[in-house]
Amino acid sequence: MKILTVCGSGLGTSFMVEMNINQILGELGVTDVEVNHSDLSSATPGDADVFFLAKDIAEGGAHLGNVIVLDSIIDMDELRAKVTQVMNDHGKI
Amino acid sequence: MNNLLSILVDILSQPAILVAMIALIGLIAQRKNVSDTLKGTTKTFVGFLVIAAGAGILQGALAPFGDMFEHAFNVAGVVPNNEAIVAMALTEYGTTTALIMFFGMIANILIARFTKFKYIFLTGHHTLYLACMLAVIMAVAGFSTVPLIIAGSVALGIIMTLSPAILQPFMRKLTGNDNVALGHFSAVGYALSALVGKAVKGKKKPVSTEEINFPKGLGFLRDSTVSIALTMIVIYVVVALFAGPAYIEAELSEGTNFLVFSVIQGGTFAAGVFVILAGVRLVLAEIVPAFKGISTKLVPNAKPALDVPIIYPYAPNAVLIGFFSSFVGGIVSMAIMAFTGGVIILPGVVPHFFTGAAAGVFGNATGGIRGAVAGSFVNGILISFLPVFLMPVLGDLGFANSTFSDTDFGVSGIFFGTLANYAGPIAITVSLVVILGLMVGAGLFDKKKGKSVPESK
Repeated sequence: MKILTVCGSGLGTSFMVEMNINQILGELGVTDVEVNHSDLSSATPGDADVFFLAKDIAEGGAHLGNVIVLDSIIDMDELRAKVTQVMNDHGKI
Repeated sequence: MNNLLSILVDILSQPAILVAMIALIGLIAQRKNVSDTLKGTTKTFVGFLVIAAGAGILQGALAPFGDMFEHAFNVAGVVPNNEAIVAMALTEYGTTTALIMFFGMIANILIARFTKFKYIFLTGHHTLYLACMLAVIMAVAGFSTVPLIIAGSVALGIIMTLSPAILQPFMRKLTGNDNVALGHFSAVGYALSALVGKAVKGKKKPVSTEEINFPKGLGFLRDSTVSIALTMIVIYVVVALFAGPAYIEAELSEGTNFLVFSVIQGGTFAAGVFVILAGVRLVLAEIVPAFKGISTKLVPNAKPALDVPIIYPYAPNAVLIGFFSSFVGGIVSMAIMAFTGGVIILPGVVPHFFTGAAAGVFGNATGGIRGAVAGSFVNGILISFLPVFLMPVLGDLGFANSTFSDTDFGVSGIFFGTLANYAGPIAITVSLVVILGLMVGAGLFDKKKGKSVPESK
């Protein structure tokens, strides 16, 4: 399974969220999930199974399909809850 | 034996191989398995070559622009864009940039470990860009080989720690806690915006930008490819109209209609940035996580300094107000430069959007709507005029039709460049030692007074 994090320039924010998701996946003991980051222009619906993006670009990324919107990109508890939910839905835990 | 040595020098003077080796060290330090290590190292290697390819595309689009601008207005027009200037500089300063980045990150960890400034700067692309600028400035100042890398690394480590530090009082006010810092080399502009906000807020309780209803719909500007392409096309077409079809079609476009040519060149600029960003992403993908992992192990109570969009959700309206106000500041500055002569810094949408937005958020935090408007306007003026004074200290690179955009690049570059003009490398060495001494001393002073260093989670 693949997760893609997306932000405006694909450099800072999306990268930070990617590292945090990797940390959470480690805590959950999930190993077979690939996480990458990208900018909004490059991301296409086929790139991943689930897309994580911040509230402010939620509109611009709506076309991607299975989108998880983060209210706060630095809130680890929110991210943990949402990642755990996704992993549950995909039968990873 | 000599042969072997020259091969070794050849290998190490290839920046692409060098950054790949830095990634390799990081991956091994994290004890990744063989396939991850091989994958990460190769991607970093290719990423650096992608940046070089993007630089070629950008130069192709910027060169005719410079000619057109000079023909039309008889002055040089400069588009501040970090990606453009870095990609061009890396062709000559790639090796020193890679080494300064590597040792600069180590310097950041050491400074955070042993002084009271516990900031770890995690915005990797800004680290790379500043490493590049310092490589150029230290070389122009007269440093070479090992001293150049030491001076550049120490300077980078200091700026990586101090830039978040000067903003932290305002970050605490904004976020309500002390756990996260802002890692974006525009801190001087943001801090100034917050101070301006304080000055203009008046006696009554300031009205926050978030209390007004504001039309949304400018979100597409956050998509950097779209905003760069649109502005560059507009700027190109305007300049083309002034330069006139006769000159362009005879000298630059080989007969292609001058407006068609301009639209294509503007788009090509965005294409070049797109390619460079892809390369930067590949280069940083392994280096930043390694840096993060190592620094959290070595520095207790470290505060991560993160990229600028982390503060946008605190005041989404201020983000838009700040962008507009900063952009207006850029246009006013451009008009002033046109009257006074010399180079003209064109307002780029990307720097004004990202830094203007953040300046708006900080100005709003201290001074409400008035603070957001005035603070980001000042930011807009600052990021227009700092490049004018930065360009002379960049040597040959100062004439490249592009330059660094954010305030901390300007402030630190002008600082070290001016020192070098007075007394060359000695002045820079002394200043670095003094700054480091003050940073260590600040912690000792606190302890003597019985104050404990502020703890954070």
